[in-house]
Amino acid sequence: MDRIPILRMGKFLLVTIQIDLYDRLATNLEADLIQMVNKTEAKGVLIDISALSIVDSFMGRILGNIGSMSKIMDAETVVVGMQPAVAITLIELGLELKGVHTALNVEKGMDLLKEKITMYDEEPEELEDEDSVE
Amino acid sequence: MKIVLNKDTMKIEKEQDVVPFRNRVKEYAVKINMGLVNQTKLITAASELVRNMLKYANGGIVLIEAISQGRDNGIRLTFQDKGPGISDISLAMKDGYSSGKSLGVGLPGSKRLVNEFDIKSTIGEGTTVSIIKWKNG
Repeated sequence: MDRIPILRMGKFLLVTIQIDLYDRLATNLEADLIQMVNKTEAKGVLIDISALSIVDSFMGRILGNIGSMSKIMDAETVVVGMQPAVAITLIELGLELKGVHTALNVEKGMDLLKEKITMYDEEPEELEDEDSVE
Repeated sequence: MKIVLNKDTMKIEKEQDVVPFRNRVKEYAVKINMGLVNQTKLITAASELVRNMLKYANGGIVLIEAISQGRDNGIRLTFQDKGPGISDISLAMKDGYSSGKSLGVGLPGSKRLVNEFDIKSTIGEGTTVSIIKWKNG
């Protein structure tokens, strides 16, 4: 069966969607990604949708789901590269893609993920210090 | 007066039919030189409606037409199914309402994306949705 490849890069998982997804493929991607987050203990997921000419409510829901599920698994999700026409259409359709971060391109998306992760990493470190004092 | 320039019908029976259908709509839109934003709106609306048809009526038939009215060209899509029908159309057209598990943006959302939207439904016989997107609409 067709699958969308998920690449691992350090603490991040990268997904580039190059073809128009039919439903099965999209739901598979959702399940695969969450499995991968669990297996690799990834802290961030970056999804590049620059090749997608259409994002309908189904695809929007899948992206939102990936965002919320990753969040529960302690990973941040950034969707990058949305085409302007897709953004216009999404808002008119009534979808706001809540729950996922967005960035203009892969580079900015990566920066955003790194920023988010260092922000969260600092807090637990302080806790560890307290433990060592005890 | 709307004149039909070119037409095509497509059977939608399974989810794998959605992508080829969207591509066919795109071909029609490109042929009349529709701009990219309008193309995207039309194809997204088409995608929502075809998905509804699959979900609630196990598929149906779509008529794709390139039409012209005066100086304006456009694409008309007619989605016909033999599903259970919609009992309360005004409720189904409401944002956020869904009888299924979806987000409830399909019908009202696609109406916002096109220029003309017409829905007729008879309980037990099926539903017909017809949309028009004008090239410069």
